[in-house]
Amino acid sequence: MTAQDVRPPTGPVVPGPVRRRRPDVSRVLHAVRVDRRFLPVVGTIVVLLLMFTIGGARYENFLSGRVVSNLFINNSFLIVLAVGMTFVIITGGIDLSVGAVVALSGISAASLLQSGLPAFVVIPLMILIGSALGLVVGVMVQVFEIQPFIATLAVMFLARGLCYVISLSSIPITDPTIVWLSSTRIPIGDTWSITPSGIIALAGVAAAFFVLHYTRFGRTVYAIGGGESSAILMGLPVARTKVLVYVISGTCGGIGGFLFTVFSRSGYSLTGVGMELDAIAAVVIGGTLLTGGSGFVIGSVLGVLVLGLIQTIITFQGTLSSWWTKIFIGVLLLIFVVLQRAIAARRR
Amino acid sequence: MTAWKTFVRSKIFWPVMALVALVAANTIKTTHFLNIRVQDGHLFGALIDILRNSSPLLLVALGMTLVIATRGIDLSVGAVVAISGAVACSFIASSPNPGAVVTVLTAVAIAVLLSLVLGAWNGFLVSVVGIQPIIATLVLMTAGRGIAMLITGGQITTINSPAYKQIGSGFWLGVPLAVLIAGGVFAIVATLTRRTALGMLIESVGINPLASRLAGVQSRTIIWTVYALAGVFAGIAGLMISSNVMAADANNAGLFIELDAILAVVIGGTSLAGGKFSLSGTLVGVLVIQTLTLTVTILGIPPAVTPLFKAIVVIAVCLMQSPVVRTKLGSRRRVPVMAPVPAEVVS
Repeated sequence: MTAQDVRPPTGPVVPGPVRRRRPDVSRVLHAVRVDRRFLPVVGTIVVLLLMFTIGGARYENFLSGRVVSNLFINNSFLIVLAVGMTFVIITGGIDLSVGAVVALSGISAASLLQSGLPAFVVIPLMILIGSALGLVVGVMVQVFEIQPFIATLAVMFLARGLCYVISLSSIPITDPTIVWLSSTRIPIGDTWSITPSGIIALAGVAAAFFVLHYTRFGRTVYAIGGGESSAILMGLPVARTKVLVYVISGTCGGIGGFLFTVFSRSGYSLTGVGMELDAIAAVVIGGTLLTGGSGFVIGSVLGVLVLGLIQTIITFQGTLSSWWTKIFIGVLLLIFVVLQRAIAARRR
Repeated sequence: MTAWKTFVRSKIFWPVMALVALVAANTIKTTHFLNIRVQDGHLFGALIDILRNSSPLLLVALGMTLVIATRGIDLSVGAVVAISGAVACSFIASSPNPGAVVTVLTAVAIAVLLSLVLGAWNGFLVSVVGIQPIIATLVLMTAGRGIAMLITGGQITTINSPAYKQIGSGFWLGVPLAVLIAGGVFAIVATLTRRTALGMLIESVGINPLASRLAGVQSRTIIWTVYALAGVFAGIAGLMISSNVMAADANNAGLFIELDAILAVVIGGTSLAGGKFSLSGTLVGVLVIQTLTLTVTILGIPPAVTPLFKAIVVIAVCLMQSPVVRTKLGSRRRVPVMAPVPAEVVS
């Protein structure tokens, strides 16, 4: 199918020889009517489908509802973290603190539950811990003009240190609410199923999608990433939005901590080491540029699924050692950034 | 008094104060903290310990300073530390004569060469392909630990080689060899950047890559060089760390050293926005971090809590250096008002 075929019959007829020959890729894109903005996300979808095809061809039972359901269930916390990270990265910032926030909210919840507080008090508290740390980062970035990298790095150390102040060892959780949340599986059809954590994560994605694309706040987030001084000159509330973005990311860290606690049924100071990098990798694989200004929440979710699928394939293979996961993620990350770079270079 | 005033206003003032405060606190807690004694012809004491423990971090932080000066960042140094140690230890462990000096020198050469290649790879991604430094080095940071595991086969490779042990815990003329290596590298880098035009060229690339390229600075070569150097320094640090424990631990060697190095650079007053860098500031930053780590141990606090104190020091130093606080503090001292410069003129 060429570009000419899909053109409406009423369109102008361009004489053949004069027509500028487009490169193949863009001709195909034109044929399927893909906006260039969506190109990176389309790339992620292609990789995801490719991995499903390879996995389905190589292993039995790979293309089942169970595998896909588990992908969502086992990565629910990472989905939430990646969603929060997307907000920050679209403004051109970065948040290194989320992994430590997950650990801090997890271990403080475990220790509070151990001391007898009910779950309905502890769960909001976990999320508030994340929001508070996000607020600290936001104020440091906005008011004191500390670079996001350093501000979030400092908060990462702060949260990690506080974890060890609370407890040096792992605290198990026996609270009935948390146990119920972690052991419930809601079946959908024959093989598909979802957990409360998965529902929370998907709800978070939906909420983030709405906020980012259908509210004034969301548009300001993109505007800041596109050019902070222009956003200020346009009279947008840049200071408030920038602080709020870190609060959102921190809150997502708190929710992620809650989901991880449900997942592991314990609180431990060492959980979530390097989780922020997984979240950043997912966002980048999902097609969001680290320079800010462009990117989609859905892309980040797909990025998390790609990371999860690498893990699944390596588990199915069985003979590959666990460290291949890291190498594969690194290679995939490299391919994606080089591709994005190529796209960005062509656009100019 | 003018010299004192310049010092008070310089960016290095608060980090030095932090260091002095830490040393003072330690001296009050344990009175013999400042003592240095000679035992078997070697220097011993808490201060010597701090210097020796700082050596790997100083090496990594030196490379990081140069990279940050070009407006970059290198997250992969921790992985390079692990790979370098893994390669050296695997080579020594598999050689028929692990104690021989030739074996050790070959192992060191292979490890340093590999680190150079890894650093150059980062430089290639940043300067030629044009990927943002944080993502370009994130690739190696993620994959690097996997590669190190691949080299050691997922196990902790222990070795027995007196010659290799010298790198981390040997002495020469009474001074720890590690301190001499790190000090030597520091002196070389300081001479090269401050006595030649190299330092100014690096700063110009960091302040405005486009303008410096138009002015005839080979920014691509310079960026490539600083990443390669950061790789080599991380490689040497990896040798020290593995030699200290006589083992290569692919998972934990150099874990978070990139973050410590970045903290040291920032405490030392070099801005992550690139441009002006201060090697002496980095040295002070490294000493602050190591002294802090030792202080936590001396005060009897669990070492795991150290990150909390690092965070407090970093936040304090950053706040003191932040424009808002500096204007408030300096309002009586008449701070020269600078015209606002648009941050991103070119993009």
